[in-house]
Amino acid sequence: MKRFLPLSILILAILAIAATLLPPRNPGEYDLAAFSRLPTLVNGRIKPLDTVARTSLLMLQGRQRITAPNDRAITPTEWLLDVLYRPEVANAYPTFEIDNPDVLALLNLTAEDGFGVGKNRFTFDKIRKGLPELERQSKLADAVESAVRTPFQKAVIQLREAIVLYQSLQVSLLPPNDDHYLEQLATFNATVPAGLAAVAAQHSGKAPDMEAAKVILSLSDTAATLESLGYLRVIPPQTRPTDPMGWGNAGAALRQSLDHGKLDPALAFYAQLGLAWRGYQPANFNSLVHDYRAGLDRSIPSLMSKCDTEARFNSAEPFYTSMMIYVVAFLVAVFSWLKWPDELGRAAFRLVLLAWILATVGIGIRMWLEGRPPVTNLYSSALFVGWVAVALCLVLERLYRNAIGSVTAGLVGFSTLLIAHHLALGGDTLEMMRAVLDSNFWLATHVVTVTVGYAATFLAGFLALLYVIRGVFTKSLDKATADSLARMVYGIVCFATLFSFVGTVLGGIWADQSWGRFWGWDPKENGALIIVLWNALILHARWGGLVKQRGLMNLAIFGNIVTSWSWFGVNMLGVGLHSYGFMDAAFWWLLAFVASQVVLILVGSLPLAKWRSFSGAAA
Amino acid sequence: MPTLLRDLRDILVSLKLTVLLIVFSIVLILAATIDQVNLGIWAVQEKYFHTFVVFWKVGNVSLAVFPGGYTIGGLLLLNLLGAHFYRFKLTWRKVGIWLAHAGLILLLVGQLLTGLWQDEFQLRLDQGQSKNYAESYRNVELVLTDTTDPKFDEVVAIPEKPLARLETVQHPKLPFRVAVKTYFPNATLAMRGPMQPADPSAPATQGVGPQVLATLQPLTYKEDERNIPAAYIELIGPDGSLGTWLVSPLLDEPQRFAFAGRNWKIALRFVRSYQPYTLTLLKFSHDRYAGTDIPKNFSSRIRLTTPDGRDDRDVLIYMNNPLRYAGMTFYQAGFENNDQTTVLQVVRNPSWLIPYIACALMTVGLLIQFGIHLTGFFARRRVVAA
Repeated sequence: MKRFLPLSILILAILAIAATLLPPRNPGEYDLAAFSRLPTLVNGRIKPLDTVARTSLLMLQGRQRITAPNDRAITPTEWLLDVLYRPEVANAYPTFEIDNPDVLALLNLTAEDGFGVGKNRFTFDKIRKGLPELERQSKLADAVESAVRTPFQKAVIQLREAIVLYQSLQVSLLPPNDDHYLEQLATFNATVPAGLAAVAAQHSGKAPDMEAAKVILSLSDTAATLESLGYLRVIPPQTRPTDPMGWGNAGAALRQSLDHGKLDPALAFYAQLGLAWRGYQPANFNSLVHDYRAGLDRSIPSLMSKCDTEARFNSAEPFYTSMMIYVVAFLVAVFSWLKWPDELGRAAFRLVLLAWILATVGIGIRMWLEGRPPVTNLYSSALFVGWVAVALCLVLERLYRNAIGSVTAGLVGFSTLLIAHHLALGGDTLEMMRAVLDSNFWLATHVVTVTVGYAATFLAGFLALLYVIRGVFTKSLDKATADSLARMVYGIVCFATLFSFVGTVLGGIWADQSWGRFWGWDPKENGALIIVLWNALILHARWGGLVKQRGLMNLAIFGNIVTSWSWFGVNMLGVGLHSYGFMDAAFWWLLAFVASQVVLILVGSLPLAKWRSFSGAAA
Repeated sequence: MPTLLRDLRDILVSLKLTVLLIVFSIVLILAATIDQVNLGIWAVQEKYFHTFVVFWKVGNVSLAVFPGGYTIGGLLLLNLLGAHFYRFKLTWRKVGIWLAHAGLILLLVGQLLTGLWQDEFQLRLDQGQSKNYAESYRNVELVLTDTTDPKFDEVVAIPEKPLARLETVQHPKLPFRVAVKTYFPNATLAMRGPMQPADPSAPATQGVGPQVLATLQPLTYKEDERNIPAAYIELIGPDGSLGTWLVSPLLDEPQRFAFAGRNWKIALRFVRSYQPYTLTLLKFSHDRYAGTDIPKNFSSRIRLTTPDGRDDRDVLIYMNNPLRYAGMTFYQAGFENNDQTTVLQVVRNPSWLIPYIACALMTVGLLIQFGIHLTGFFARRRVVAA
């Protein structure tokens, strides 16, 4: 049986990946998948509605899953459709996650009002009564500098922002409290020309048709409301639809339609679609979506293929699958130290390779969608740190074949993807780059190199962790393994020194090019410099014979602290030109990580006689 | 050589000192990074890096707590030079280390020179405005101008230091002494209510001073704010006081007065650096991403002219694309006034090329060094495998 083990594990993993690549199925008769691929402009980027639905849910309640009060699971797209077209239904979904007890008290909410396992998800209907008070409190909190806000103030502002997002989503297509709007649009081409004629008559002093003029008046009001509040810019311009500048929201389209006396076709589509969705007419809904989609395929084919890819990418969740495979690979590799080292070791290596290829494809798709080098923000830096570290592990594993590379790859791959997962809660991770960062050349050189440096420093630290844990707590660290680990750590530290140095220098050159000084002592620059210095210290201490194998390992573990400080810690300071982080909750995780590394350094400093692997040899 | 000196030399060239100095520099940089939250980036550089000793205030006493940037950098330089002089042999196997260390020495020297030579100014231009000078961001000067002769101005500029020390300045070109009565390093101005006896009386007796009141403000270290000083200046002629003036860069126009048959202007302004050319802002643009307020680009279209007519052309300065001209570099730093005013950062750094060379040396050195390691590693593996 053990001969077939590596192959069967691999086949299982491939099947698991294949399952995620299947096109998403529609839960009912509505072709929600087709709707979810329709394009919209949000935050400067044209993206499928699917992305909007998922990222909005992440921002509102920290996950993409949502369950209706009657325990029916609804897809993000279905949720979005109800938010857009059936506010009365959407307002009864538990859309808001509120954890702060003081905020709950402020809104007169108790756990009995909540949904979900933690009873911490609330509907808009429940929150609505407390909105004026929430608004008052958030005005008070606004006056406080963000760095010194209390947890209550932060929670108030976070909830206020969530509600603003939800409400502006809701007024994307429908005006609030207006039951006749969709019908008005349905008869637009019949009633509006008459109305416009009536208004013109009024201006020239003739007796106007007051009923017809009223329609214009009410539609103009609606257009003004929707234009100023609407969130989704779903209406492509009639000319040059590939230029994002021209995309407008429903209000702007309605205003222009009133000017021309003819309803914008995209606006007409979204109105009819609303009638179909509100009237529970799946056949009508599907044919509307397909016709509209066919038109877009003719006018903006390349944008549509991007939207299709992005929606498929969203539903496949390659990084999630990759994370799971890393866990399995880690376990298999650890088992290989106990039994069947060859077969399980090979299986683990293949799993790591598979997960890494999947992550590679994921990163590649993101790069293609964004038209950018791999690292553009904190989220993508987490993806890339994991990708580089695992790539190095694969090389190490090819060279040494002792499963150490696979174990470390599983560990690093999993943790970085987990970090990335939590960083994604801030919203769409394919962001537009702010002016000074809008340079693919520097993103591709400085940012990528310095991130490779982070990854390598982390990898050296994680390898050292393995050395200490195996050495102190197990008897498995024999001389050969210990020596090979020492060589790996040394080699990776050299690699890390080179890349963090070159990356930091390139950063200096970028700074010289854009701000006029090579070095400005900005916190992020300082953080990168400390990594370079720390790696240099390890090498010099080793060359000078100040540390031996164990000292090398402890220094490398401390490198984890140094790198995590530079990666996340400086962002929490909230000063400097690089302070684009959004990192409150993460502070405690960082502290916990640092504490754990300190503990392991202390463990690693135990006298060798206390190490289980070495005490036997000494005795 | 006496034993003590030799011991000292051995310590100075030792790798132990190298490691210790690296640890010290890490601690210094970390402390400086964290202190930026309190002090801002400029004060931190003065306190931690451009100094031999770092002082911390405990109560009212300044204690020397740590070696500063100059001490650590200097020792590192000595350590490095000493090590190469006494310990290292120039062999091909060590060429990578030699290059990397040579680059590091150059980098440290370059940073020292940058600290000594680099000047930073700001240039604010409104749409259509022309200027042939840049202004310092932080330093002010008191300027007394004799405007009697319509053909030229005679200018006496008094730098910030004597002002801050409340000194009385005498200058052969001035027919009066300049006595600094009060100096506020950061102040706001407000109109004094004429009918409100509650307002304290203004110490100024001349110019706009009697109507305006300066109020001392705490020093700011925020990156988007700057300290704007104000001062009360008394001018004393041979026959007694001419009166007291309130001066501040916040007052747009210099104040004029006549004395001993000559016409004078008095003003406190940010130090100007005059250039032999003129820049005119033709257009400032602030591009945003579609449907958002996220900035995509800032750019200034500028006309560059020299008096001799040799240069008369349009230049475009935008993010990551500065203008380098006549030893100065102009960067797009910001904008004000509803996108009507552009703010350019102007830097003069004669040693700007040194870091580039230094870093190229170090990069090549590291590549060679680790390349040697790597080939050695594979060669050994091949031997083991065979």
